[in-house]
Amino acid sequence: MRRLPTGGVLFVVCAAPLAWLAWGVIANSLGPDPVQVVMQGTGAWALRFLLLTLCITPLRRWSGRPAIIRHRRQLGLWMFSYATLHLALFAQAYVGWSAPLLWEELAERPYITVGFVAWALLLSLALTSSRGAQRKLRRRWLQLHRFIYPALVFACLHLWWQVRSDAGEALFYSAVALLLLGLRLYWRINERKRGRAA
Amino acid sequence: MARRLRYPAIPSSEITPESVYLRRRSLLKAGIVGASAAAASGPAWGDPDTGGEPLDYQPAKPGNPLAYTEEALTPYGDITRYCNFYEFGTGKEDPARYAHEMTVDPWSIEVGGAVARPGKLHLEDLLSRVDLEERIYRLRCVEAWSMVIPWVGFPLHALLDRFEPLGSARFVAFRTLYRREEMRGTRSFSSIIDWPYREGLRLDEARHPLTLLAVGLYGKTLPNQNGAPLRLVVPWKYGFKSIKSIVRIDLLEEQPATSWQSLAPDEYGFYANVNPEVDHPRWSQKFERRLPSSFLRPNRIPTQLFNGYAEQVASLYRDMDLTRYY
Repeated sequence: MRRLPTGGVLFVVCAAPLAWLAWGVIANSLGPDPVQVVMQGTGAWALRFLLLTLCITPLRRWSGRPAIIRHRRQLGLWMFSYATLHLALFAQAYVGWSAPLLWEELAERPYITVGFVAWALLLSLALTSSRGAQRKLRRRWLQLHRFIYPALVFACLHLWWQVRSDAGEALFYSAVALLLLGLRLYWRINERKRGRAA
Repeated sequence: MARRLRYPAIPSSEITPESVYLRRRSLLKAGIVGASAAAASGPAWGDPDTGGEPLDYQPAKPGNPLAYTEEALTPYGDITRYCNFYEFGTGKEDPARYAHEMTVDPWSIEVGGAVARPGKLHLEDLLSRVDLEERIYRLRCVEAWSMVIPWVGFPLHALLDRFEPLGSARFVAFRTLYRREEMRGTRSFSSIIDWPYREGLRLDEARHPLTLLAVGLYGKTLPNQNGAPLRLVVPWKYGFKSIKSIVRIDLLEEQPATSWQSLAPDEYGFYANVNPEVDHPRWSQKFERRLPSSFLRPNRIPTQLFNGYAEQVASLYRDMDLTRYY
């Protein structure tokens, strides 16, 4: 039996939210403020892909299918694409590509500052995501790619800082984030214990 | 009950609804790509299922700065589908989806506090004794979007005078209906608003001729999601001051606590006058997106002091530091 092209299937699945939003824009079905809807949508999907990317390692450990690590790069790059679209829209619709206005927003609004820092961290990961970069950086590649953890924390802060009267959504994503981060901490402590025992 | 002129004389069944007219291109497009797309986009093309009864009123006349603006009106479908009415959820489309669960008939308003004749007034009694007029106002939301809305209503002072405020009264407090079983947003475990929703004005603001009690929109009674059957409209203040579905009004000697101000006093003031120079701590108030906005035409326009009503209302705040009393 021929192997299913899982990478291709994953590509289609990851592109679907983007296609859905694009369709909404074309069909004019996003209501009177489509920019806001797409801003919110791309931001939410960036965070969802960030969390999904971090699910790969636990899944790999528990499922006994180490091969799924192959898909982590694609998930990570989708996350970065959604985050970049989110930022580009902000620049276009909210500050009109005006550098002084952008600077003012970055300097004065902490939620925008942390959002931008999260994106900058993700940028460094996206730029070093190729196999070539991985080979060249060796051990440092692993260290660099731990930036995904602070990026996740900043992304959650970005969400919390925008809560106005209902914290449900921020609570949900933060709970998942805490779970995924806590798991890493737990593994780390366990490994140390095992190291000491040996 | 014949009241001044009525227009238009065309039977309402022959008039293309505003929402349909303004969306004719997208309707065509939706028709071409198939009915499934229209179905998938949910209630986007439907009219609201509440309100919409024709009203008898005096239309706004061009040139009257208290009632008219040349700016393009925001389409009916956008005004009724893009709402902040957290009693029904925090999503912009939640009120359009769930506000029909609210019972608005019968409705009464209780007026109390520092008044000579406190009491309860049934909505029909109130409406039979006021002259309705159209007011085309800009509405600027604190979230930096805005609309132009043709309201139908009557000045708030017409109601206040009926209850004879005492000389000691300096403030007016308003309260929205709070009925948990009909308002799913108030049942949300993660909401931190202390229901019912409360708002307030200084008495001179409440008595200003611009301050309106609205019962209609586009010549028809308000859909529930827009604050049926009776709501406040204060066009020079951020939208959250324009409290919806009012059930209680109190005249007070002291400034009342209001919902958003109690929740985050550093972000939302009691006055909440539209002011491009005083930013919300989390976002700039210098610009607004005039809706409908789109990708090709974001409609980003500069925000005006007092939402463009400075000539009418600036004197109310003559000796006040607007940065301090935001």
